[in-house]
Amino acid sequence: MTTLDTTEASGMIMNKTAEEAGALAKAVSTAKAGHETKIAASKVSVFYGDKQALFDVSIDIPARQVMAFIGPSGCGKSTFLRCINRMNDTIDNCSVKGTIEIDGANIYDPKIDPVLLRARVGMVFQKPNPFPKSIYDNIAYGPRIHGVAKAGSAMDEIVERSLQRAALWNEVKDRLDQPGTGLSGGQQQRLCIARAIAVNPDIILMDEPCSALDPIATAKVEELIDELRAQYTIVIVTHSMQQAARVSQKAAFFHLGNLIEVDETDKMFTNPSDQRTQDYITGRFG
Amino acid sequence: MSVTLLFAIVLALAFVGYLLGRANASGLKAAGNSLHSIPPYHGYFVALWCGLPAFLLVFIWQAAQSTVVDQLLLASLPPHLTEGMTPARVSLMLGEIKNVAAGRMFGTPDQAIIDAAARYQSLQNTASLAMVVCTLAAAVAGIAFARSRLSPEFRARNRVDGILRWLLIVCSILAILTTLGIILSLVIESWAFFSRVPVAEFLFGLNWSPQTPIRADQVASTGAFGAVPVFWGTIFISVIAMLVALPVGLFSAIYLVEYADKRVRSVVKPLLEILAGIPTIVYGFFAVLTVAPFIREFGMSLGLSVASNSALAAGGVMGIMIIPFISSFSDDAITAVPQSMRDGAYALGATKAETIRQVLLPAALPGIVGGVLLAVSRAIGETMIVVMAAGLTATLTVNPLEGVTTVTVQIVTLLIGDTEFDSPKTLAAFGLGLVLFISTLALNILALQVVKRYRERYE
Repeated sequence: MTTLDTTEASGMIMNKTAEEAGALAKAVSTAKAGHETKIAASKVSVFYGDKQALFDVSIDIPARQVMAFIGPSGCGKSTFLRCINRMNDTIDNCSVKGTIEIDGANIYDPKIDPVLLRARVGMVFQKPNPFPKSIYDNIAYGPRIHGVAKAGSAMDEIVERSLQRAALWNEVKDRLDQPGTGLSGGQQQRLCIARAIAVNPDIILMDEPCSALDPIATAKVEELIDELRAQYTIVIVTHSMQQAARVSQKAAFFHLGNLIEVDETDKMFTNPSDQRTQDYITGRFG
Repeated sequence: MSVTLLFAIVLALAFVGYLLGRANASGLKAAGNSLHSIPPYHGYFVALWCGLPAFLLVFIWQAAQSTVVDQLLLASLPPHLTEGMTPARVSLMLGEIKNVAAGRMFGTPDQAIIDAAARYQSLQNTASLAMVVCTLAAAVAGIAFARSRLSPEFRARNRVDGILRWLLIVCSILAILTTLGIILSLVIESWAFFSRVPVAEFLFGLNWSPQTPIRADQVASTGAFGAVPVFWGTIFISVIAMLVALPVGLFSAIYLVEYADKRVRSVVKPLLEILAGIPTIVYGFFAVLTVAPFIREFGMSLGLSVASNSALAAGGVMGIMIIPFISSFSDDAITAVPQSMRDGAYALGATKAETIRQVLLPAALPGIVGGVLLAVSRAIGETMIVVMAAGLTATLTVNPLEGVTTVTVQIVTLLIGDTEFDSPKTLAAFGLGLVLFISTLALNILALQVVKRYRERYE
């Protein structure tokens, strides 16, 4: 990526609405061939108070692919994921060192507004967390606060499009006014994905999105992730090796707060270069 | 022998029973039996059988003794003393006999009365002695009976459980019966009131002036019992109180949960809760001596006429009293909203204020509403502040600078002073009390329903 792109991208984050920024960034990236780097982290360390949870993690995450973070519990993969949309800012004693660049712009630059950043970097959580509002309002919440669309047909369109992309439209189109909390677990999780899509992000972070779902709902969400890859850069934290193998193109293995290995998923699962990765994948620990 | 000493002896006997039961069981065990329950349970079983019947006997005896002794005394009186007397006169005479027995003599009583007093004294002594004997006998008999039941297969553990269960049931029934008794007495007195003053006049009448002549020749109004101005006063003061308490309580709760760091919270929260510990009479002083004069001076400097007992002063201070109620309920409700809701909103790029307004408050609303309803019912029933700071005249006004009166204030003023207990004036207090009771009960039930529904959602 050139210097010109960098300034352009950072300028967009600061000055334009989230939708414009997202659309433009996508236009820029589609013009390029191959999978260029979307997120570039270098020497990221995270501290909770005095305790260091993440040690000098450097990683490049390619655009419009699925990157899976794997590793045993407490290895720092969720912590790192939450650095990418600065969700760690909401934790009181948490501090982050190092830089993370999205499209070449450092998101920890003081000039960056984390609120706007989070509109570009959507997030889906471990447990489905729809708001206690109607299905429609759950989707419309993001666009409304960012001023993307007012109530009316423009908003209806966003809601329908987001639900369709999240493969939920056919199941809920007749009951958009019902509470989102009344859906099944799998539907709730797809509702949360639709909610994230509605603000038109470039990147979607998923923190063990299927750990609270049954196998059938999991299969649907995985299918959805595979479709979303065409338009979004997806980073997924998962405990399930099978899931990582099924949905991701690249994988990163974390252990005790260190990034051990990053590689093509196929290669990592057949021929890992680090012994610890080998041990984890074959189930010797974790 | 005093009842306290008797209690101590029964307790000691129960302890002896425990030791006996345990020793008994240990003996059985040492003889090579395998016991169903461990020895201490055998001990508890014997102790409970020793103590419970004996205590029960003392209570019943204490309750019944005076009636029985009175009846015996009356029966023994020479017939000429009681002939043709009304029950009221008889009870007066009984009182005189008891006074004489206690050594309080006024003038020279009749010889028959002095004899009766002596008889009364001896009856009392016999009764007390009989109580002690019977109680101790019951305790010992309890020990004997319980010990006779002990055997290796005896399920002492289960029996002790059963006895304790009954004990708990009896306690809860006592609480319920007390409530029922209170309601019943309120309803009966109100019934007497409503048989003199029509319900419709009471509930919808606009004129409240409960002064009635005590003697026929007295100059006083005939009494008007239209309680609407009184109800209005209560509602008005409660509304003012809520206008003060709701924003302050809710906003301080939001600040404490969402913005304040741990140190600030650990200081501010207890400080807020101190407000709840201040006796309401102290709030009353505050309202009368500080707030009311301040409001009056301030109003006068603006050229307004302010009553010294303004609704604003009473309501405002009551609002301060209610702040901790609202803030602690709102605090609980907002804290109970799962962190995932906040995460969800932040991850969509919502600011803190947007998250609070659009996600947290709607999610916490049922809990907050429940707390507010409980606070309203507290405000309606609050007495001391309004007795001191609100007025006595029942006026229908929406001007907070005028004085109004409330249901609780009227109940207090109707019941103090020398009044007959069967005049409509006094009985009106019970009518007001019933209305107050029904409305706060309804509010509480509503609030608990709301809170319950809310709990079901997140637990």
